[in-house]
Amino acid sequence: MSKGSSRRVIPIKLEPPLNLSAAEHSAVLDACARLKELPGALLPILHAVQDALKFVPKDAVPLIARELNLSIAEVHGVVTFYHYFLQERPGRHVIHLCRAEACQALGSVALEAHAKARLGVDYHGTTSDGAVTLEPVYCLGNCALGPSVMVDQQLHGRVSAERFDALLAQSREGA
Amino acid sequence: MKIYVPRDAAALGVGAEQTAEAIAAEAKRRGIEVELIRNGSRGLLWLEPLVEVDVGGTRLAYGPVQASDVAALFDAGFAQGQPHALFHGDIEQVPYFKRQERLTFARVGITDPRSLGDYLAHGGYRGLANALPLTGADIVASVTASGLRGRGGAAFPAGIKWKTVLGAQNAQKYIVCNADEGDSGTFSDRMLMEGDPFVLIEGMTIAGIATGANRGYIYLRWEYPQAKAALEAAIAAARAENYLGQDVRGSGKAFELEVRMGAGAYICGEETSLLESLEGKRGQVRFKPPLPALQGLWAKPTVINNVITFASVPIILDRGAEFYQNFGMGRSRGTLPMQLAGNIKQGGLVEIAFGMTLRELLHDFGGGSLSGRPIRAVQVGGPLGAYLPESQFDTPLDYEAFAAIKGMLGHGGIVAFDDSVDMSAQARYAMEFCAIESCGKCTPCRIGSTRGVEVIDRLVAGENPAKQEAILRDLCETLTYGSLCALGGLTPYPVISALNHFPEDFVKPVQASSAVG
Repeated sequence: MSKGSSRRVIPIKLEPPLNLSAAEHSAVLDACARLKELPGALLPILHAVQDALKFVPKDAVPLIARELNLSIAEVHGVVTFYHYFLQERPGRHVIHLCRAEACQALGSVALEAHAKARLGVDYHGTTSDGAVTLEPVYCLGNCALGPSVMVDQQLHGRVSAERFDALLAQSREGA
Repeated sequence: MKIYVPRDAAALGVGAEQTAEAIAAEAKRRGIEVELIRNGSRGLLWLEPLVEVDVGGTRLAYGPVQASDVAALFDAGFAQGQPHALFHGDIEQVPYFKRQERLTFARVGITDPRSLGDYLAHGGYRGLANALPLTGADIVASVTASGLRGRGGAAFPAGIKWKTVLGAQNAQKYIVCNADEGDSGTFSDRMLMEGDPFVLIEGMTIAGIATGANRGYIYLRWEYPQAKAALEAAIAAARAENYLGQDVRGSGKAFELEVRMGAGAYICGEETSLLESLEGKRGQVRFKPPLPALQGLWAKPTVINNVITFASVPIILDRGAEFYQNFGMGRSRGTLPMQLAGNIKQGGLVEIAFGMTLRELLHDFGGGSLSGRPIRAVQVGGPLGAYLPESQFDTPLDYEAFAAIKGMLGHGGIVAFDDSVDMSAQARYAMEFCAIESCGKCTPCRIGSTRGVEVIDRLVAGENPAKQEAILRDLCETLTYGSLCALGGLTPYPVISALNHFPEDFVKPVQASSAVG
């Protein structure tokens, strides 16, 4: 297992100029500084960035690559491999709707259509008021009480169309 | 007085947090002293939030209890265990619970999952205590003799895997727990990690002591934030009492444990892909050999097992291999926590010895469909498992019996569908899911899955159906024999089983006369 401290760091030219705010820039560097000595640090760092910023900005990639002495392509490859890492800034709330079989058996296909119509977006889309991003998820482990959705990090079971609307209203009120 | 309200994610998903708050507030208002314990779930999920009141050592159950029911429950004398419309009596006597054989889940729903003291008081860490004086070879022999097979799905004998790692000569070895429970219809890993995290930690520690590995990782899916919190609290508590650390309980042996989060990739439940992900890479499947047991995490010898596999080890070391081996049938020994899911009236967790039939499980435990319509199809073993028609419901729950009908028991998930299901849509979804989740390394899976969706669309549209069906079967054969791992290799199971058992669903209604299949 390699340790970051014993590596020869090859400087990577960060071009074109990074389009990150000062806060975003420091959040990314902070995540790298805290976690880069971990073996297999890239996923923990990407989680930390997304926890702080709600997504992994495109321009965070070269910065993370430089800090970990990886190529930009390697980091880009990892960010884009995993469905959970968002590459665009999401709405204030992220709703993950379960598409898997156990939820299908309880009408999640109809719930999915309802959610898309109600929000006016398809999967990966954000409502025009910037309130909600809709994402698919493949199993929330709540298969006896489906259909299931996760609003931010909170799981909800037995979600009917009415319950979905209530959760949506709650999210919007909470801003 | 003690009142138990689960903190299990499924219970929280139907309002357990609000119920717990309401009970605390209502008790305070009435001047009743209440100790609120946040246990795991008993697994009777249709009754969640299931509240238990301890009356003289007997735990009386009420459920499902919403926050709005709480005042009325207190009025009815619920704090004294008085009857009410939501009353189910002694939870231990409820048939769904009483009929089970809970070995791995012995403490889930009973203890406070954050309390090491409670774990110890309920027989926890007796397995480790027995293991510490033994040689690694003796521990491995015990696991082998128990007949325990990997509970993740592939059912490979755990003892053989451990023995390979024990025999590998390397100063650094790893224990990795696969907690990337991605199969639809399964939630036993989640329930166990949330309801009794210490048993997983103990099982992994025993594996480390047995094979000479001093470091472990739990690779957990992001969808399980409650499990993460429970595991991290338990790891901290275990470390504080030297159940983890540089000198485990004064044995001179070290074992450290860490939780790592996945990021939404079904393929990372495949062991080599999981290892790649732990190393910080794209979760792409590795060629085998080399086996992970010899060259696993960072190319070091690695025991990689599922949550339930590790969690079954403490009781084997505590009660003996023979005790565990005495449950089950044929080559499937011990118990399997089955999970009843989908369109089922009484969904939940049923831990029983291998050998019960699917029908008994669906009807005696499950109570039939939730919608009240006939159960038409059941998918066993996750998204890669076969769809079984009613005529196969008498198959016993046994690895070999399922293999014989071209199905698989997998991780024990059972998803029921009523007669409103369109099986061609389910077959199409199986291909679509494979396309979304394929790691892209091998061609049959990466491209075959997309072609599969297209062929099914043409078949259902009635475009020369006989030809489309032949293409679909041929494509499935290519996936089966040409894929690198189980994702591409088993996606044909749900597709072909749907086509074979429910051919009528693949016929365009107006052309019903030109039948296929």
